[in-house]
Amino acid sequence: MNGRLRLLIALLAAVLGAALLWVFLPLLATRPESALAKAALAARPLTGVGNPVTAVLLDYRAYDTLLELAVLLAALLGIWSLGPPTPAYQRAGAALRAMIAWVVPLLVLAGGYLLWAGGQVPGGAFQGGALLGAAGVVLRLGGDPHAGLPAEPWQRLLASLGVGAFVIVGLVLLGLGRDFLDYPSAWAKWLILVIESAATLAIGATLAAAYVGGRPPGGTR
Amino acid sequence: MIPLQALYGSAGVVLFVLGLWSFLVHAPLLRKLIAINIMGSGVFHLLIAIAERGTEPPDPVPHALVLTGIVVAVSATALALVFSRRLEDAGGPPEDEC
Repeated sequence: MNGRLRLLIALLAAVLGAALLWVFLPLLATRPESALAKAALAARPLTGVGNPVTAVLLDYRAYDTLLELAVLLAALLGIWSLGPPTPAYQRAGAALRAMIAWVVPLLVLAGGYLLWAGGQVPGGAFQGGALLGAAGVVLRLGGDPHAGLPAEPWQRLLASLGVGAFVIVGLVLLGLGRDFLDYPSAWAKWLILVIESAATLAIGATLAAAYVGGRPPGGTR
Repeated sequence: MIPLQALYGSAGVVLFVLGLWSFLVHAPLLRKLIAINIMGSGVFHLLIAIAERGTEPPDPVPHALVLTGIVVAVSATALALVFSRRLEDAGGPPEDEC
């Protein structure tokens, strides 16, 4: 690509940025009232969770989160369908191994804490799952070819756990004569906790498996 | 409070534009992928800036959207990385005049 074209693209991008700022800055100054935010904060006692972001993710927009977990699962299936992973890295030296022996349990502990804390303060399934995934990445960097994940059938189970828990809860609620994922107020907190726990494990396993980057050995073709 | 919010959102716009420029100008797939992720970060910045409402608690809906967006972006990036590695194994992308 020649220099003149690059310059033209840079100029056009700058114009686009200026236009975006021209829209964004006056919008901030007028500070429109958000009816959605009011409704979200007002209905929070019905959901049994104190953290409004968790209430949005797991209650009001539970469909959205279910489909998001499905996106995660679909990405992992795509990665697995592209063949085996690259070979494992060489085994870590003594210093890195000692650090991994400390860091991985801490990451798992912090992930569990974030999952529980997500009910009241910032935290939740995605943050906890990200930490579990990070533990898998650290293990893989230290030379574990499977990133700490169990054998292939268990990986499949773990990866589909989030979508599975969501769908089972939804179907049971349908069977009880309610709408799909319309939690009764009395159980809302516990149903959300069950779904979030399953989602944390699923997100952690999916991220670690995605980092491995290929179908686990032992799978049937 | 408003200047801080404006600064944060404007940084998002700058990130978006930088990412867009890099995406259009650079040919290697890995650089394009990083550029798309930077564009996404810019959009997340904007959403978080819009969620701030001064003295009231921040609007939780954009926060939830950003959380959703991060997870989708990470999984799409992982899939794209594996695709580009397979493409590399198969002899690389077709060369053009870029």
